[in-house]
Amino acid sequence: MADVAQHAGETRRDFLILTASAIGGVGVAATIWPFIATLNPARDTLALSTTEVDLAPIQVGQRLTVAWQGKPVFIAHRTPEEIKAAQDVDISQLREPQADSDRVQKPEWLVIVGVCTHLGCIPLGQKAGDDRGQYGGWFCPCHGSVYDTSGRIRQGPAPLNLWLPGQVERASQALYKFTSDTVVAIG
Amino acid sequence: MADTRPGAMSRIIRWIDYRLPFVAALNHELNEYPTPRNLTYWWNFGSLSGIVLVVMIVTGIFLAMQYTPSSEAAFDSVERIMRDVNYGWLVRYAHSSGASMFFAIVYIHLFRGLYYGSYKEPRQFLWILGVVILILMIATAFMGYVLPWGQMSYWAATVITNLFSAIPLIGQSIVTFLWGGFTVGDPTLHRFYALHYLLPFIIIAVVGLHLIALHRFGSNNPLGIDAKGPQDTIPFHPYYTIKDLFGLAVFLLIYAFFVFYAPNSLLSPDNYIPANPMQTPNHIVPEWYLLPYYAILRAVPNKLLGVIMAFGSLFILFFVPWLDRSPVRSARFRPVYKWVFWLLVIDVVALGWVGANPPEGIVVTVGQIATFYYFLHMLILLPLVGKLERPRLLPSGIGTAVLGGGARLGAAGSPMAKP
Amino acid sequence: MLKRAFAAVALSAFVLAPPLVRAADETPPLPHQEWSFDGIFGTYDRASSQRGFQVYKEVCSVCHAVKHLYFRDLADLGYSEEEVKAIAAGYQVTDPQPNDQGQMYQRPGRPSDPIPPPFPNDQAARAANNGALPPDLSMIVKAREGGPNYVYAILTGYKDPPPGFNMLSGMNYNEYFPGHQIAMPPPLSENAVTFGDGVPATVPQMAHDVVTFLAWASEPNLDDRHRTGLKVMLFLVVAAGVFYAAKRKIWAPIH
Repeated sequence: MADVAQHAGETRRDFLILTASAIGGVGVAATIWPFIATLNPARDTLALSTTEVDLAPIQVGQRLTVAWQGKPVFIAHRTPEEIKAAQDVDISQLREPQADSDRVQKPEWLVIVGVCTHLGCIPLGQKAGDDRGQYGGWFCPCHGSVYDTSGRIRQGPAPLNLWLPGQVERASQALYKFTSDTVVAIG
Repeated sequence: MADTRPGAMSRIIRWIDYRLPFVAALNHELNEYPTPRNLTYWWNFGSLSGIVLVVMIVTGIFLAMQYTPSSEAAFDSVERIMRDVNYGWLVRYAHSSGASMFFAIVYIHLFRGLYYGSYKEPRQFLWILGVVILILMIATAFMGYVLPWGQMSYWAATVITNLFSAIPLIGQSIVTFLWGGFTVGDPTLHRFYALHYLLPFIIIAVVGLHLIALHRFGSNNPLGIDAKGPQDTIPFHPYYTIKDLFGLAVFLLIYAFFVFYAPNSLLSPDNYIPANPMQTPNHIVPEWYLLPYYAILRAVPNKLLGVIMAFGSLFILFFVPWLDRSPVRSARFRPVYKWVFWLLVIDVVALGWVGANPPEGIVVTVGQIATFYYFLHMLILLPLVGKLERPRLLPSGIGTAVLGGGARLGAAGSPMAKP
Repeated sequence: MLKRAFAAVALSAFVLAPPLVRAADETPPLPHQEWSFDGIFGTYDRASSQRGFQVYKEVCSVCHAVKHLYFRDLADLGYSEEEVKAIAAGYQVTDPQPNDQGQMYQRPGRPSDPIPPPFPNDQAARAANNGALPPDLSMIVKAREGGPNYVYAILTGYKDPPPGFNMLSGMNYNEYFPGHQIAMPPPLSENAVTFGDGVPATVPQMAHDVVTFLAWASEPNLDDRHRTGLKVMLFLVVAAGVFYAAKRKIWAPIH
C-alpha cells in the first residue's frame, strides 16, 4: 500500500515538474519572440515612399537611374529596335520565361530595379559608353551576368530576370504608375 | 536492469570536460552545492538580481540596435523605438522598469545581508564585492538615464557632474574633462553611451567574483550559525532551483504589472520634454533609487562636505564588516540590533522622501535629522550595539534548531569551507 | 520579520509618491475626468479620438506641431487607408529633398510624411506668438504632471483674474496653469468646430476629445500594451501557481 501511495506521489511530482518545465519553456519562447520582432523592418521603413520621375527629358534611347527605397531603378526609353528585340524572343528558351509585355506598362518605357539577381551588384548599361552585353541590355561586371533589352537574364550566373519595382516585396502588381504621359510615380 | 551506457550527449560532454574541465565543476556548483536547509525567501533575491541583470543587458542590447546617441537624434530615436519599431515600446519599458526592479531587488538583498550578518567573518570580501557591484550599478543607471536626452536627462547630468567642481583647485577642470566641453553636450552623451554599454559587462565579471567568494564558504542562513555537515544542508538542485523559479514567477508578476500597466509611474514627466539647455525644470529629481544619496547631498549646507557625505554614505558600506563589533551574526538573536536595523530602514525611506521633495520647510529638517542618524547608525550604533548588547542564546546547529534542539552560545563551529 | 518588513515598505510609499507632494504652486487640485483609457482595461475611444484630431487640425495646429505623428499613424484611430491618403493629400508638405534645381519645394502630403508643423522652426514660432513658444503636442499628455487631467484643466480653466491680481500684458488668467498666467489665449469656444458625427461641440466636449486624441498621440501603444499585459499576467499567475505546487511537492520530504 505504501508503495502505491509513494508511486502515486512520485507520479504527481513528475507531472508537476513536467508541467512546470513546459510552462517555463512556453514562457521563454513567448518572451524571445518580441525581441526578434524588433529586428524586422520598423513601421517607418515599411511605409512605402514614392519617387516621382519626370520622363520628358529622357530622349529615345536614353536611360535614367533614380533612387527608390535605397535601391537604383533603371528607367529606359527604349528605341523601336530595342522593343522589337525584346518582343521577338522565344520565351521558352529563357532561364526565367517572361514575356516582354508582362514586364512593361508602356512598351517604350522599361522600369526595372537595377540590382543583379545573382548577388546584388548594380549592372552596367545606364551610361553612354557602358558595356551593355551582347543583347544590348545590361551587363553585370561582378560575375558576368548578361541581361537583354527587357532586363531578362540571358547568360551568366544570375537565376532571375531583373525585378520590377515591388516584385520582391510581393506587391500584386508592379509598383509604378504613369500619373501623366510624362511623369511616372514609383512606389 | 537499467541501461547504464552513457548516451551520445553525455559522451560529448565528457570529451569536452576532459579537455576543458568545466562541466564537472559547474555540476558541483549548481546541482550538488550544499546549501543550508533553512533559507527563507529573503535568500531568493541574490539569484533574482542575477536574472534581472541579464534582462537589463538583453533589453539594452536590443535598444542599442535602434538608438542614436547624438543630441539632435537621441530623443527622436527613442520615440521611434516607442512608435515604429515592432514591440519597441515593450523593450523600452522593460528596460526602464527593469532598472527600478533591479535596484529594489538589490536593496532588499543588501538589507537582508545587514539583518543576518552575512557580511561577517569569513564573508567580508563577498560583501565588499557586493558594494562594488552596487556602485557600478549606480554609475550605469545614472549614465543610462542621460541617454534619452530629455529635460531630466540633461539637467541631472549637469547637476551630478557639477558635483565634482566641489573638489578644491582642480574641481572645475575635472568637470570640463568629464563633459568634454563647456556644458553637458554631444561629447558627454557619446561617452556616457559607450560607458553605459561597457559597465554592465564589468558588473558581470564582478558578479562572477561575488559568486566564487560565496561558494568558498557557502551561503549564510537565518540563524547565522555555520552549517557543520550534511545534516544541515541540502543540494541546491532541486530544492533551491524550484524555489528560485517560484520566486522568479512572483517577481515577474510585479515586473509585468509595471511594464504593462504603470510604465511611467516611477519616471518624471519632464523627461518627455526634449532637453533644453536654456531652461531648467522646476524640480530636478533623480530616479527613486538615488533619492537617499540626493537627500544627504542637499542636507549639508557646505557644497564640498555635502558631496563627501553623499558619496560617503555609499562608501561607508565597505566598512560595515568592521564597524559591526558583534560576534553574533543574525539579528534573530540580537534583540537590540533588531530595532536598530528597522530604524535604519525607516531612516533610509525617510531620506528617500526628503530627496523627492523640494528642500523647503519640514523637508529640510527631516533631511538633516535623517542624514545625521544615518551616520550615527554606521559610525556609533553599529560598533556600540555590537559590543554592548547581550545576544540571545544560539541554537547548537541548524539541523537541531529545525527539530527544536538545545542552545549554545557563540557562533563557533567549523564553517563548510572548501579545502 | 515579515510584518516589520511590510510596515517599512508601507512607509516607503512616500518614496514612490514624489508627484503627490509638490511645492505649493497655489493651483487647486486637478478635477478628475473619466477617460476611456483609464485603468488596466482602458482603450482609446476611437470616435472621441477622431473628433479630437479634428479639433487639433482646425484649432490647435495653427500654432502647435505634432512632429512625432505621421499621417499613416491615423490609421490607428480607425481611418481607412483611403481616408488617410485623402487627409495627407489635403496638406502641403515640404519635401525633405530639394528638387533638381536645388530648391526646396512643396507637394501634397503622403501617408509616409510626418504631419507638417505650422512653423518651420522655433524662432519663427516665437516671432509669430509674441516671443512665446507653443510646445509640440506629440508628447504633451505624458510630459506634464497630471497628464490628461492637467491638459483638460488648462483648456477649460480660463476665467477672469480675481480682483487685485497683477496680470502681465498679453497674458491670460488660467486657474490651473502654474503661476496662473499663460501666454496661450483660450483656444476653445462653443462650436469652434462642427463634428461630422453630430456631437455638439461644447467646450468641455472638444476639450475631452482633443485630450483623448493627444493622449493617443503621446502613447499610441496603450491598447496593445494593455491587451498583451493581460495575457502575460494571466500566464504568470498560472505559472506561479504551478511552480509553487512543484516547490511544495519537492520540499515535502524535507519539511
